[in-house]
Amino acid sequence: MTAEPAAAAGAQDGDVLRVEHVSKRFGAVTALTDVNLHLAKGEVLALLGDNGAGKSTLLKILCGFQPPDTGRIVLNGEEVTLKSVDHARELGIDAVYQDLALINQLSVYHNMYLNREKVRWPFLSNRVMRREAREHLEAMGVNIPSVDVQVARLSGGQRQAIAVARSVYSDAKILLLDEPLAAMGVKEAAMILDLVRDLKEHGQVSVIIIAHNYGQVLEVCDRVNLLQQGQITFDKKSSETSVVELTNLVVAEYRAALEARHRSA
Amino acid sequence: MSETAEQRANVVGPPPGGPAKRGDPLAVLRKTGGLFIRQREATIFVVAVLLLVYFSTKSSAFYGQSNVSNLLSGIAAPFIIIAIGEVLLLICGEIDLSVGFVVVFAPFLMHYLIDFYGVPVIPAILISLLLGLVVGWVNGFLTVTLGLPSFITTLGTGFILLGLTLTTSNAEPVNVPAAAQSIGKFFGSQNGGYAWSAIIWAVILVAIFHVVLTRTRWGLHTVAVGGNLLGARESGISVARIKYGSFMICGLMGAIVGLQTAFYDNTIDPSAGGYPAMFYGVTAAVIGGTAMLGGSGTIIGAFLGAIVLATLQDGFLITGVSANPLDIYIGGAILIAMIANVQLARRQAAGRG
Repeated sequence: MTAEPAAAAGAQDGDVLRVEHVSKRFGAVTALTDVNLHLAKGEVLALLGDNGAGKSTLLKILCGFQPPDTGRIVLNGEEVTLKSVDHARELGIDAVYQDLALINQLSVYHNMYLNREKVRWPFLSNRVMRREAREHLEAMGVNIPSVDVQVARLSGGQRQAIAVARSVYSDAKILLLDEPLAAMGVKEAAMILDLVRDLKEHGQVSVIIIAHNYGQVLEVCDRVNLLQQGQITFDKKSSETSVVELTNLVVAEYRAALEARHRSA
Repeated sequence: MSETAEQRANVVGPPPGGPAKRGDPLAVLRKTGGLFIRQREATIFVVAVLLLVYFSTKSSAFYGQSNVSNLLSGIAAPFIIIAIGEVLLLICGEIDLSVGFVVVFAPFLMHYLIDFYGVPVIPAILISLLLGLVVGWVNGFLTVTLGLPSFITTLGTGFILLGLTLTTSNAEPVNVPAAAQSIGKFFGSQNGGYAWSAIIWAVILVAIFHVVLTRTRWGLHTVAVGGNLLGARESGISVARIKYGSFMICGLMGAIVGLQTAFYDNTIDPSAGGYPAMFYGVTAAVIGGTAMLGGSGTIIGAFLGAIVLATLQDGFLITGVSANPLDIYIGGAILIAMIANVQLARRQAAGRG
């Protein structure tokens, strides 16, 4: 149940993605309870929550890795059943995992086109891929020395940027970024946030950023959802909330849980 | 692939591994060393040339036509062709220990088919080549589908093939079927112009598979599978298809070498091939810069590595020096090459921020 009535009203026909009453249990453990979430075209939504709140379960449902027990996923106004990761990808939903799925030994442009290579049978059209990869990265403002460089030689932020660029370039309309700022230096994080900001300006891609670093994410997102114990407890525009408020909410949850434990003990 | 160090030094913005500061002599040394390590093919090419020059000054017979053709067709060609198969497998993170026993069994199969079952020569040769593909498929099935480590899979299939060969042949060498002689010289022969057949085959196969590895989706996916198995899978690459395919190519290479060796030596010998044939193939690959860590390797490097091995072997023989210390050099070459491989991998890992 969304805590803010305004949030439920915020769901509109123009939404690219709506998650309605989704629940998921693993045996005795309830991972998600009646989760409702919506994403407008070109919107950047931050999905925040502490460890174990259900963020990755929701991510896995959205990218087709596992089905929800109950509830609906509505894509561009039509209910869909995501059968597999590939199926979700075909529908334009792509997740960039923390491991990024990059091949260190291959060049940037080969990684950009991995398994979608441009071919003039039987040969790879390396020149075309190199040129288009360069143009695309430039357009996205990704700063790397050269598209010929092996991915192994890039920094963490550059690697993340390549993975994001690859998803966007493969026609992803909804991008799920799993902890894109984890283990990233300040400059690196800034680079990724700039990238997300650029995507927002172009307005073609909608993004869900999963994170627990509130401060940095608040800079770029339009709206924040807070996931606590499998429920979305908070849905506000990022201009209407603050790091302090979010932190307090999570800490309050922690204190409440601690008190409950003390009382039962 | 190899000019990345310089480009990296020019990066503006976040420095990835911390490029070397200019003026630091140690850093300059490290950079030069790095370049040398990266130019694996050039390095091994220089070694091959030095060896050829060295042995030719030692013996005037070294550059005689019969010796050169023997070095290339008789010694190098089998190393080269097997190395092609092993390079592909090593890149995708596997190995084939059984290929040497395909080398042994394939010509016997041809002999049985022609002499015992009256199969015409060309189908008999094709079926023998098919044997290589079948063994490769079985290796793929056991490794990929049943999940055995390829080291164990191919250890087992290798023994089985050897056992089959020894049982069916009574461990006796036989003559090459007379009917196959006229076609056989195109595979390999020590006589006349056909003395070059084997090396021509090897060069053609090197050219084909070099292009496959560097210019096709198949090659790119082979590197991807060996470089990041999970990542390749997440990208939707059919890992099984690549691995099955690589095992089958390696088996086919073994069958080609088997027939070639039989025709070249004009006898079908149960003691031919085996582990030496396989290990020289792997050695050529490793000396040529194929890391056994998966994700990298070159066919051209393996070709040059095979030439180095063959030159050493032939050179010791023709200069009349005792061949006993030969293996010391080969062992040393393997270790030096592998140290270089590992250092390169470390550099790549360090290059990541």
